[in-house]
Amino acid sequence: MQVKGISAYGAYVPSLRMSRKAIAQAHSWALPSLRGLGKGTRAFCSWDEDAITMAVESVRNCLKNGADGAAPIGALTFASTTAPFADYQNATSVAAATGLPSNIQASDASGSLRAGTSALLNALQNSRSESALIVASDCRLAKPGSVQEMHYGAGSAALAVGSDNIIARFVGSESNATQFADHYRRSGADHDYYWEERWVRDEGYMKIVPATVNTLLEKTGTPADAIQHFCMPGTLARLGAGLAKKLGINPEAVVDNFAADIGDTGSPQALLMLIAALEKASPGERILVVGFGAGCDALLLEATDAITEYQPAVPLSTVNDHARTVEHYNQLLSFSGQLQLDWGMRAEVDNKVSISQLYRSQDQVTGFNGGECSSCGAVQFPILSTCVKCGSTEPMSRKSLADESARVATYSSDNLQYYPAPPMYWGLVQFDNGARLLMEMVDVNAESFDVGTPLRMTYRIKQKDDSRGLHRYFWKATPF
Amino acid sequence: MATGIRDKVAILGMGCSRFGERWDSGSEHLAAEAFSEALDDAGIEKNQIEAVWSGSALDNINVGNSAIPLAMALRLEGIPISRMENMCATGTETLRGAAYAVASGAVDIAMAIGVEKLKDTGYGGLPAPTKGTLNDLWFPYGSAPAGFAQLAAGYRAKYGTSREDLKRALAHVSWKSHQNGVKSPKAHIRKAIDKDTILNAPIIAEPLGLFDCCGVSDGAACAIVTTPEIARSLGKTDIVTIKAMQLSLSAGRESATADWDGSYVRNTRIASQKAYAEAGIRNPREELSLMEVHDCFSITELVTMEDLGVSKDGQAVNDILDGFYDADGSVPCQIDGGLKCFGHPIAASGLRMTYENYLQILGRAGERQIKDARIGLSHNLGGVPYNGVAAVSIIGRYEQ
Repeated sequence: MQVKGISAYGAYVPSLRMSRKAIAQAHSWALPSLRGLGKGTRAFCSWDEDAITMAVESVRNCLKNGADGAAPIGALTFASTTAPFADYQNATSVAAATGLPSNIQASDASGSLRAGTSALLNALQNSRSESALIVASDCRLAKPGSVQEMHYGAGSAALAVGSDNIIARFVGSESNATQFADHYRRSGADHDYYWEERWVRDEGYMKIVPATVNTLLEKTGTPADAIQHFCMPGTLARLGAGLAKKLGINPEAVVDNFAADIGDTGSPQALLMLIAALEKASPGERILVVGFGAGCDALLLEATDAITEYQPAVPLSTVNDHARTVEHYNQLLSFSGQLQLDWGMRAEVDNKVSISQLYRSQDQVTGFNGGECSSCGAVQFPILSTCVKCGSTEPMSRKSLADESARVATYSSDNLQYYPAPPMYWGLVQFDNGARLLMEMVDVNAESFDVGTPLRMTYRIKQKDDSRGLHRYFWKATPF
Repeated sequence: MATGIRDKVAILGMGCSRFGERWDSGSEHLAAEAFSEALDDAGIEKNQIEAVWSGSALDNINVGNSAIPLAMALRLEGIPISRMENMCATGTETLRGAAYAVASGAVDIAMAIGVEKLKDTGYGGLPAPTKGTLNDLWFPYGSAPAGFAQLAAGYRAKYGTSREDLKRALAHVSWKSHQNGVKSPKAHIRKAIDKDTILNAPIIAEPLGLFDCCGVSDGAACAIVTTPEIARSLGKTDIVTIKAMQLSLSAGRESATADWDGSYVRNTRIASQKAYAEAGIRNPREELSLMEVHDCFSITELVTMEDLGVSKDGQAVNDILDGFYDADGSVPCQIDGGLKCFGHPIAASGLRMTYENYLQILGRAGERQIKDARIGLSHNLGGVPYNGVAAVSIIGRYEQ
């Protein structure tokens, strides 16, 4: 049997960070006890981001970081507890936006925060593809004023699993299914319901995790002190350190859980910690990854010699480079739909999507493919029946614009148009390959933005159709 | 070889309703107001009109589609009436339809009318229209001022104009139109505004502030056309004829290729060059008596001065600040207040511009009459600078 392992990774965290102090201050009139948690920041989704858009970004990063190599990708699993669709496969939406072929095995995984590690485990143990992608993505919603509101974050992690060029080989795993309700959320409900933290820690984490991990270490013949990287998700205070101590794992092996600046991202959290470990690991080092939720997954991986050569184009370590801290707590509520502002009559528009039109133009709208004229070579968007440059009516070949370099040709910041994050920046985007189209521009820093500013493309929600639930997704431009 | 329509069509009569927030009037009242003035001016009976082009741009908030509402409003029974819609060029397009009908010999007397009732939405500005099922999936739906503000970014980048200098020229554009609007009894906004107020107004779409944007108004305007010979036979001695009517539409070059730098409007350049050829104008800076251009936003008027070839490229800022286009300048522009102050009921605007040129040429412009008006140009821009429609029409004294 061929050795399986991880060959590439990609991470994505929204650039928006909510100041926890601002959250605590907003609630201080009623819930002064939150002040103690008011340190650092947590990531949150912009109004136009969700688990699908974040998954698209982390998969794109994973492809750039090597997954788009020799082995054909044969499977994609999307793991999330906050998937936008209950029935309209989310994995397929991610595949369509990331240019994966249609002959892949696509599936969604859900049911607990363990969905990410379970999907990884499934790919490592069962995938017959030469290369399988798994992506975990969560945009977690917490009730205003709850402790969870302080802890929860948002993000996505993607991993490529295969046998070629693996940077960490799969050593073994152990799983446990226990009906343990540290929290739960009924289908269709907005918020989680939680039980007492002390019980969760003592009866849940401190018992279920050690039993599972010890079995894994035993059957793989691995001494606990031979673990160099311990990825223990969850943001209960000192959870990783406490478990390491109980298990006999070196305290230095505990991988940072991103609690300080990103927060608890849910199903991707264990995988983000695994990625962080991979960015530090040397050949031969062992990485223990735990997923917790209705029981527990424990996976053991070992870094290979190839890890020294692995140079990710978009490393996780740069994830905070573009972070922007927000002090307006209402922005978090508004972006997550928990506060309905009066946007005026301009917001009263019907955003019904024509599904047959979407299907007909999916490779353009979702895949962001322009057309390349077979007569004159002009790249253009959208693809109409006649070339914009030479007038040829020959069929055009597809040319992806998603990763093409581009610049601002013209722009304005629009205070009049209804937009959930005003002002709305939009204008003509000029691609280096000659294509040009009018686009929305997001995450703009007004001071440094002008004609000529370099742009990259990001997959986002264009408009929301709250009455029918099928939002429009399209690409937007954002400064490098 | 086509000869164009120069001097083939005379304006027999024109009418224009009072523009503004006409809370008391619906489309049908506005249409009747413009129509009755035009009919009186033409000196004919209603039943002498043989064909009508009826313009309304925003059917979703106006009277609905087709020309039936207009036929109902004016009780025009049993004659061909076509509904015309070509964005902000709609009014001029109705006149083109009527003029072509007369020039072709299909009818002796035709009418163009544009009506727009914008103030029944419940908010300021224009509603966001859909652009079709494909565009709905990817097109960023921004406001009209932000669409035209793209010109400011392109213009600054091309000529290295500072934000401050451009803003000062834009303020002069609006200041001038406010000065002029005071003297227009039918104008929507009749109030002079000082430049500091204009410069310090809230930003609508960078760099355009409140006073860089035209009025959103209700209104209607109407023209009745015939041949110069028939006009004479009906007793007209002072005859105004159409010298040129040209139109140009985007086919994607500006918005989908690198061929456009954002500093001008290609359609205006194409349409005006064709119009000058049709009208026999060689030097517009010298030959035009006055201009009514599509100043939906101050930046639009600024680049239009270059697109029409009246200012040299890169020189509009200087010409504007020098007062070249002021009421007492060499080529007065927006002498009636323009879209900025006369108002902009979309489908009526092109006809309202022609109405002002017509009054000026006939010496009937009252307090704002300029000296020796012989040739007047009007210009409309529909859509956005990179994806739109431009109309240029020229009228003048009939000198044969």
